[in-house]
Amino acid sequence: MTSKMAMRILTAIVALIFLVSWITKSGSGMSDSSFTNVRDGFLITFAVFLTLSIFSFLYRDNPFYKFAESLYVGISAGYWMCYGFWSTVVGNFVPRASRSLSEFFHVPYQEHADHILIYIPIIFGLILLTRLLPKIGWLSRWSLAFIIGATAGLNLTRYLRSDFISQVSNSFIPLFVDWKGVGSFISHISLAADGQFIAILSNWVIFVGVMCGLVYFFFSKEHKGAFGVASRIGIWILMITFGASFGYTVMGRISLLVGRITFLFGDWLKIL
Amino acid sequence: MKYIILLFLTCLTLCLSQAILAQTASLDPPAEAALVPSEPPAPPSNVRVSDLPNDDGHGIQVKWNLSPDDGAGAKSVISYDIYRADTPDAPDSLWKKVGTAVLGIKSYADKGERDAGSRDYLPKHTNLYYRVYAVGAGVRSAAAAAGPVQATDDWFNDMKVPELVFCVVFLILTVRFINMAKKGADLYVRPLAGIEAIDEAIGRATEMGKPILYVLGIGTAGDIATIASFTVLGRVARKVAEYQTSMIVPCIDPVVMTIAQETVKTGYADAGRPDAYKEDSVYYVTSQQFPYVAAVNGTILREKPATNIYLGYFAAESLLLAETGVLAGSIQIAGTDQVSQLPFFVVACDYTLLGEELYAASAYLGREPLLLGTLKAQDYLKAIVLVCMIALLALRVITGADVIRKPFDMPWW
Repeated sequence: MTSKMAMRILTAIVALIFLVSWITKSGSGMSDSSFTNVRDGFLITFAVFLTLSIFSFLYRDNPFYKFAESLYVGISAGYWMCYGFWSTVVGNFVPRASRSLSEFFHVPYQEHADHILIYIPIIFGLILLTRLLPKIGWLSRWSLAFIIGATAGLNLTRYLRSDFISQVSNSFIPLFVDWKGVGSFISHISLAADGQFIAILSNWVIFVGVMCGLVYFFFSKEHKGAFGVASRIGIWILMITFGASFGYTVMGRISLLVGRITFLFGDWLKIL
Repeated sequence: MKYIILLFLTCLTLCLSQAILAQTASLDPPAEAALVPSEPPAPPSNVRVSDLPNDDGHGIQVKWNLSPDDGAGAKSVISYDIYRADTPDAPDSLWKKVGTAVLGIKSYADKGERDAGSRDYLPKHTNLYYRVYAVGAGVRSAAAAAGPVQATDDWFNDMKVPELVFCVVFLILTVRFINMAKKGADLYVRPLAGIEAIDEAIGRATEMGKPILYVLGIGTAGDIATIASFTVLGRVARKVAEYQTSMIVPCIDPVVMTIAQETVKTGYADAGRPDAYKEDSVYYVTSQQFPYVAAVNGTILREKPATNIYLGYFAAESLLLAETGVLAGSIQIAGTDQVSQLPFFVVACDYTLLGEELYAASAYLGREPLLLGTLKAQDYLKAIVLVCMIALLALRVITGADVIRKPFDMPWW
């Protein structure tokens, strides 16, 4: 049997299952309207078909996956184009640009808005479109330069605060919490989560972790000798952190799978 | 056996009766609800109003002394309501409620909008008056109106002092190192395994006659990781043009696509092969995360690229892409500044650039004075922090004085 024939048989089986599911789900609908039941039956069956088509990627690339992928990408691209038009052009530009246009699109005209300022992004937007005209296409680089330059500049202070200053501030911690001498420390040692020993240990882990992590990300010196040892400790600490993060995130992903399984076995097959 | 069943049934009956009783009890109205005090709580006193500092001129700071019934006395205060009006003797209908503070709180920042058409508009340079009500159960009492006060804009935001200091230090270091690099000083940058592997990976793709897939992530053109990725993309494009192989660059953002097209085009031109550049090799897919991943995964399995390079801002799609790349048998080089996604790249890719290594990669590859100078300045800033940390901690251990938190007790930290 050729692969073409096998594909045809498989498609026929899938179509048959789709039809049976549609009829069954339409028959078990909760609504009084038969149209609503037939529509809901189709939607549930189609959602199941798309879910299984995407899952079929686990086996290998196949026409069902290609169909689901194309549909997903096409709908998404169309949706974002419409969303961009209604949120940016109609939502931001029209209410500031013209009263008659605002009335046409049924959005409130903003009388007190800064009308002149909106023409700067409009001009840059139009310049960006000059890429379509090869002779003056170079003009679009001005817009690109403005976008990258402005956002990089704005992000500088934002990231400086969140990724640098806040972290530096939080890393300056005492290495000996409530220190009353060696004797007192030894006589009161305990593994309680809020105890002095754990507090001191945590602060030492943070201190060593920050130091060695910074050394690892120091690019101006070769990682040899003591510098190399610190760098190795730094990468070990990073890898331990990644391991914990990996497990935590995988748990979140499993919940997504549970959602799909619940849909298939609960909403569709009604065996959950 | 029958005794066990009897015992089980007895326990079940007891549990059910407990559950029914608990449910019935929860349906009863709480006894406290009947205790509605008829007397309003004593009003707050000494209401002070002032311009909100460090803002754009549309905020007022309101402070008051707590009502005697707040946490003491009749203990009848639930919250404080803050009202604003243009005149002190305005009728109640013209006093606008601007916010609520829970009991025990003695201040409220009335941060208004700058847009005159907005409902929360707060005009600047206009006399305003405030009233604070102590609110009890269904009753309230107000302190005398405070004001007038005017909202004014500030030229300098005190809270941004650390940013200013670090920016100035960073700027001085950057300018110094850029000048050094321009004068030909040999500025050392340690080798990065992931970046050194790029040339080898491009060579492998050429030998196999397969394309190279370059994914810029799902960030916008303003994300730092995407900007760093553009620099590496330029270098990869130049090598690809030199080796006469092909590349695929699917993009999630139209602006990113435009910049990527320019970058690849420039790379081909730098390699002396502008005619080999195909505009279709850099294309837009969609702006949504998972449809984009579905499309890129399909491309990976159909085109079977020899090398996949993932550099930029990544989120949940990191493992989906990297795992598909493993299935396709590609060499994979990844890098992102998203700490939560790095573990997935580490387990599924051959080489991973961790966080800041992605930024360093562009300087390491290009060896341009501007990038080298910036990288060196970053390194020296890190060294300054490292030295300060060790010095302050040593001082604390030696002297026992609280010199560590003191510098950070300022409000701007």
